[in-house]
Amino acid sequence: MSVRQSEPRGRMLLTALVALILSVLPLPHWLAVARPAFLVLTVLYWSIAAPRAGGLTLGFASGLALDVFRGAVLGQHALALTTITYVAVREHQKIRSKPAFQQAIIVFAALAVYEFILFAIDGWSGHPLTSPLRWVHTVTGAIVWPLATAVLERSHSPR
Amino acid sequence: MAAFAAGSYRPSPGRGASPGFRFTLYAILAIVLMFLDQRRGWLEQARYYLSAAAYPLQLAVNSPTAAWRWTEQIFETRATLEAENAVLRQRDRALELRSQRFEALARENGELRGLRDALPPVADHWIVAEVVNVELNSLRQRVLINRGARNGIFKGQAVMDSQGLLGQTMHVGPWSAEVILLTDPEHAVPVQIERTGVRTIAVGTGDNQSLALPYLQANADVKPGDLLVTSGLGGVFPQGYPVARVTEVRHDAVQPSAQVRAKPLAQLDKLHEVMLVWFRPDHPAAPIGLAGGSTIGSNLTTGNPDFQPQAVAARSTGGQPGPSKAASAKAASAKATASTAARTKAAPAKAAPAKTKSKSKSKSGESKPEGAQKPSGAGPAAGTAPAGTAPAGTAPAGTAPAGTAAPETHP
Repeated sequence: MSVRQSEPRGRMLLTALVALILSVLPLPHWLAVARPAFLVLTVLYWSIAAPRAGGLTLGFASGLALDVFRGAVLGQHALALTTITYVAVREHQKIRSKPAFQQAIIVFAALAVYEFILFAIDGWSGHPLTSPLRWVHTVTGAIVWPLATAVLERSHSPR
Repeated sequence: MAAFAAGSYRPSPGRGASPGFRFTLYAILAIVLMFLDQRRGWLEQARYYLSAAAYPLQLAVNSPTAAWRWTEQIFETRATLEAENAVLRQRDRALELRSQRFEALARENGELRGLRDALPPVADHWIVAEVVNVELNSLRQRVLINRGARNGIFKGQAVMDSQGLLGQTMHVGPWSAEVILLTDPEHAVPVQIERTGVRTIAVGTGDNQSLALPYLQANADVKPGDLLVTSGLGGVFPQGYPVARVTEVRHDAVQPSAQVRAKPLAQLDKLHEVMLVWFRPDHPAAPIGLAGGSTIGSNLTTGNPDFQPQAVAARSTGGQPGPSKAASAKAASAKATASTAARTKAAPAKAAPAKTKSKSKSKSGESKPEGAQKPSGAGPAAGTAPAGTAPAGTAPAGTAPAGTAAPETHP
């Protein structure tokens, strides 16, 4: 992971856009439920790999985009994503030095926190959604994390 | 600032605030946003523009599906088209036959109500929208359609297909709108059982083939096969449109209420094209605002996206699941009187296709003299006229002041 990249911002925005498209692509229901939160994974990746380039601003903006696309209360995904981005940015050096498997576990925890914040806000704002299916993506997200990092790494250091 | 710089992060020179500081800032911003959004309407404008910004991307995501449909249409063979045409002709004939007596019945009905002319149909006009194939939320029953405020769509508008009710619009952007389907767990529609006139509320279950009727009492007269039609309460849907058919009734000894499931008549699993309908505000079957009284009902049909108070109507049927619903369910069942039964008959039970038919007829022929005869003060007239009909508590049913008010026709 070369952090000394001169300006990964363009790549960052591009990958975020691709991730957003991936997360709104229509899929059959069973697959849609298991779909990893691609944008969240991408934001996590960038806040670990290049915390200064995007960091919290990227997290907040992506969260807001998710709010709009999901038709949620404005600020819901933004708050959740900003929170885990903050933790990732703070601890990026520790996380970066971990092997892939441990990283995946950390990502799982982050996704669980993220989903819990969404869940809590859903409840407070009067749109409760208690289906256990909403937690599925935390597991699939952790599973695809090593793959996602490989792809994203390639995106900002091609050779 | 340095106090916020925590952990292993070293703020780079020239990049201002530390992550701790920025996190606090963004978190507060997000919370403020949520509060404003919850105080409904305060962020409607922002949401409107944001959804406009999101729409191109949604269209792009939709484009493969759209392209696929397009190529399918292009390569459709002559034989398929001919077969389809034959089926359509057949159906057209059946509908014609069924609606032949409609004009006479409508006139008769008007006479019985003491009017000089037949009532125009409650559905004034409608537009067809296509479903944009985008994932909104896999666990909620929402769809995006390709019509928005620029087409006159407003929040809380009824969405139907040719078989029955589909749902209502929730967020409206300039070119697109989000529709909450009947089967969304947060959606509730006031219905009545067509056979008995008993009113209750049908709540979505999250499964697109099933609605629940949680507020029916254990001894309620309901059986599988019963048709549920809209009751006209709640301020969004007019009275008498088919919603669902009861599929399952379970009487559980320990439960105070019967466990009733119904299957929506609209084809929720094959959503492609939907209809957005405008209703005449002064029609006796027009939606009756329950919670907020007359203002909701009157604004609903004006087709003005700026009338955001409709948010209240949408939320009060869909939003808060708890006490308000239960209360209205009670009120609803209390009002199941003789006049209700009469009203139910006035609207033919399986008339969705027949109705559609009559709509198109009246649109071309009937509605013009109506419009000419009345004072056509379009907007404000709609605001005042239904105020007479709407006092939900007193007489929701037969009072028919429509003879005096202006049935406004939207272009």
